[in-house]
Amino acid sequence: MINLIWILFLTGGIIYAGLTGKIHLVTPSAISAAENAVTLAIKLTGVMCLWLGMMKIAERAGLVRLMSRIIGPFIRLLFPGVPPGHPAMGAIVMTVSANMLGLGNAVTPLGIKAMQELQKLSRDRETATPAMCTLLALCTTGLTLVPATVIALRAAAGSTDPGEIVGATLVTSIAAAFAALTVDRICRAAFTGRGR
Amino acid sequence: MFAAVCDLLSVWSIPVVLLFIPLAGYLRRVRVYEAFVEGAAEGFQTAVRIMPFLVAMLVAVAVFRASGALEDCVAMLQPLLSLVGVPPELVPLAVLRPLSGTGALGLTTELLASEGPDSLVGRMASTILGSTDTTFYILTVYFGAVGIRNPRYAVIVGLAGDITGFFVSIWICRMLFAS
Repeated sequence: MINLIWILFLTGGIIYAGLTGKIHLVTPSAISAAENAVTLAIKLTGVMCLWLGMMKIAERAGLVRLMSRIIGPFIRLLFPGVPPGHPAMGAIVMTVSANMLGLGNAVTPLGIKAMQELQKLSRDRETATPAMCTLLALCTTGLTLVPATVIALRAAAGSTDPGEIVGATLVTSIAAAFAALTVDRICRAAFTGRGR
Repeated sequence: MFAAVCDLLSVWSIPVVLLFIPLAGYLRRVRVYEAFVEGAAEGFQTAVRIMPFLVAMLVAVAVFRASGALEDCVAMLQPLLSLVGVPPELVPLAVLRPLSGTGALGLTTELLASEGPDSLVGRMASTILGSTDTTFYILTVYFGAVGIRNPRYAVIVGLAGDITGFFVSIWICRMLFAS
């Protein structure tokens, strides 16, 4: 599926640009996007190091175990394939905690860490496991209590009450997470039945 | 009052966590500096590993946007979605949200400037931006970091969340703010 989407965006875009006389825009946008991708990855490295360092301290101090005791039971329901004591569980718990606390830039590093731990449980190293898809469902819908970026954006635009949307975003992200998790369950059943 | 609390929270949350974790570690006799460096070292290889995945996805999305194909998709969707009560101004945001985080941020900034942050559309746009994440970016980065080439049904799952988020945002804002 990812192959189809990728080829659709790329070739579809080029052909469309050719037909509508925008072909001269393709080269610069492709080149600058490639450069941006590397810049983005490098920027992510610093944040990644910061939060993974913090994560290691939290792990040694027993804080991860503490968080696991609080939201672990809920997480275990969503990830039946992950053994309770496995490091993947701790990493998932930290990802979800960071998401809820609105620690925006901590979520990606911790989420990646969780993926890496889940990969250790996987036999096929190139195909996503059901647990990985569930984690992705949780992260793409991001259960955020306080969407700090949006509030800042609204304040900058001169809103009289920048924080008034918090209730709306909370309801929406719960609904989105619920929908994603439901579709995840349906797909998991459909795909495991097919053996691929 | 509530806005002030949120404001405080967004400024304080990260400093508090950065203060609390090392302090708790130190009090529990963790060798905090060594532990931090050990953890941070893992962050380094990840950047190199995700680069090819990120280049592939960002280039494809950029070309698709530059060609004007995205805009024309939006133009086609607008009349359809306005039938179910979606303001046409929000359709570009809906299409761009899962594809590009900076793009969606830019679009929302423009919308807040042109419509006003306290208009219904402004509030809807804020809710959409605040409640879902950039599915394709997350997919690329998370799976890229562990070398997953076949994400299976993860795309459907992510997009289901985005689509739900979009419609629920519009509905809840109408419920809460439309008078």
